Amino acid sequence: MALRALVGVKRVVDYAVRVRVKPDKTGVVTDGVKHSMNPFDEIAVEEAVRLKEKKIVSEIVAVSCGPTQSQETLRTALAMGVDKAVHVEVTGPEYNNLQPIHVAKILAKLATEQKADLVIVGKQAIDDDCNQTAQMTAAFLDWPQAVFASKIEKEGDGLTVTREIDGGLETIKVKLPAVISADLRLNEPRYATLPNIMKAKKKPLEKKTPKDLGVDVSPRIEVVSVEDPPTREAGAKVEDVDQLIEKLKKLGRI
Amino acid sequence: MTTPELRSKVIQLYKTLLFLGRDYPKGYVYFRDRCHNAFAKNKDVKDPEQIRKLMSHGEFVVKEVEALYYLKKYRTLKKRYYKDEDEEGAMRRLESTIESKSEK
Repeated sequence: MALRALVGVKRVVDYAVRVRVKPDKTGVVTDGVKHSMNPFDEIAVEEAVRLKEKKIVSEIVAVSCGPTQSQETLRTALAMGVDKAVHVEVTGPEYNNLQPIHVAKILAKLATEQKADLVIVGKQAIDDDCNQTAQMTAAFLDWPQAVFASKIEKEGDGLTVTREIDGGLETIKVKLPAVISADLRLNEPRYATLPNIMKAKKKPLEKKTPKDLGVDVSPRIEVVSVEDPPTREAGAKVEDVDQLIEKLKKLGRI
Repeated sequence: MTTPELRSKVIQLYKTLLFLGRDYPKGYVYFRDRCHNAFAKNKDVKDPEQIRKLMSHGEFVVKEVEALYYLKKYRTLKKRYYKDEDEEGAMRRLESTIESKSEK
């Protein structure tokens, strides 16, 4: 039984970029800033490609929701070995307030449309750190979920997934179809090489809008303010233990 | 004499390296200049055997740079998202060493 996999990829500000908050506190500076695929989504793509190499998966479809530039992220996914891509175009205020619930609805719709048996996404995006999309997608589809996966194995009709949990690992069995979210240690993503990126330009990329899928992406929340975390105050040196105790007492710590 | 086939392979390698250089932590210019110098240094090499040897070194560099990027990303993410884990692990190791010592 060969499965069809749907992989969600998000275009985010590159992990190596120093994020700056806009002076008007409405968000972070994204203009002229290097963007790339969310690293956890890279792991998700890699896992799908590895499952395809093991002949467990027959076709991989990548999805990205966002502005036109999201297509570059999809090209990277195609270069890594994805077969075809779907770009769900979301722009302007709707994109700025796009929440995991919207993306989950889109992914659920597409999973049904593409007849996917397996939805793989990164556990969270490094920009909003929501960690909700996989869980919500599973809920909308009413499929089992295996989130924070660090190992995926095919067993019978289902999958055995090792999950990263607080202070250890948990092994669960899930029936298919299922939703999986990738944790950091699942695999080592391959690098999208230049020739593969060139070849990826020939792979099919379908454009859709949330409207086509019947998903309402109108903002549900309003961003009140985005601020930098407080800067750490400088420490002070003490001469000896007595002084240390005195200082701590003064601060009311002991 | 170098064959046209070998020549295109060298150019391909150079392009691959330049493409990789776009993500280099010290910047593209830094990488490009050094990459260019490395190729220019061997521009007078004519022996096909020697060229192949140099190319295999270039391919080795490609692999190393890819590994460097992967490790850098992995370490950054680990530091950002799995902060307490190292402390926890260290504490556990400490506890187990204390236990094993008290058993003795």
